[in-house]
Amino acid sequence: MHELSIVASLFEILEAKARENQATKIVGVKLKVGKLAGVVPEFLQTAFDSYKQDTIAAEARLEIEEVPLKLRCRKCAVEIEKEDFVLVCPSCSATDLEILEGLELLLDKIDLEV
Amino acid sequence: MSKKELIVREEILGSNKKVAAEIRGKLEAAGVLVVNLLSSPGSGKTTLLERLVETLKPTHPLAVIEGDIETERDADRIRRKGVPAWQITTGGACHLEAKMVGKLLPEIPAETKFLFIENVGNLVCPAGYDLGENIRCVLFSAPEGDDKPKKYPKAFASADCLIFTKSDLIPYLPFDLEKAGNEALDINPRLRIFVTSALKGRGIAELARYFIESRVNMIQHQRHA
Repeated sequence: MHELSIVASLFEILEAKARENQATKIVGVKLKVGKLAGVVPEFLQTAFDSYKQDTIAAEARLEIEEVPLKLRCRKCAVEIEKEDFVLVCPSCSATDLEILEGLELLLDKIDLEV
Repeated sequence: MSKKELIVREEILGSNKKVAAEIRGKLEAAGVLVVNLLSSPGSGKTTLLERLVETLKPTHPLAVIEGDIETERDADRIRRKGVPAWQITTGGACHLEAKMVGKLLPEIPAETKFLFIENVGNLVCPAGYDLGENIRCVLFSAPEGDDKPKKYPKAFASADCLIFTKSDLIPYLPFDLEKAGNEALDINPRLRIFVTSALKGRGIAELARYFIESRVNMIQHQRHA
């Protein structure tokens, strides 16, 4: 349940970007959230909507793109998408898998009015 | 007035990672190995630390940071062992963040060789926050049940070391140590596993040796860098 502190960090970036770009308003925010980032998108949405009151993003819409867990086997180089966190290669059974995507918690883009 | 789309692609917790990297850099240069202990409440983090303190203190000066929602209790327990300890009370927050640790750096005595950070008891949120540690340990006590790793994958996936605690209780519980270990290894095949009992002293010397060796490796790695 650390979504609120994530949203607080997000707003630090949003406010800095708005200042740098001399924006009058932030109207849209898009995040990319990995399936295994340990964050619940619904909670993030609720936290965002309560935090945004009286900020430059008061009217902003939050869009969250969920990113599936994507792995590459370091042994046979096969790339797979997974729903769970069992790091075993389905084609050669190796356990040495590199996580390509699915852990990220990214601010992807912001729509501003300048 | 015009609209502008700004592509950012920035990590939301990037500022925490940056502070964590600074802490790691500073403490590595000072020869301090930092260990972050994660687990659910009541898995025995403080009791394990008490045993580790007793084992390491005669040869390696150490310091401890305790994270809890409220009270000085844990730091008091460590101070009673004659080791500097600081309590961070988060007042409700479910995890420690790097800047909370950063504030305490000036107070850490120069001779310190190890800094142990006991995170807030929680297997979910602390996993997302780098505190500047060199080694992340997840503790897993027998009474919690052997099915936990796949329920809380991120904590196990992000750890370097898995410490089973309260192993003296295993004979009385339907707890399959091998199954629990394998489940954790499915998630993270690189985990180093230790089986401990703070009550009986089992596994404490091995764990202390692992930290001592990791610190030697850290210092050697620095010299070559």
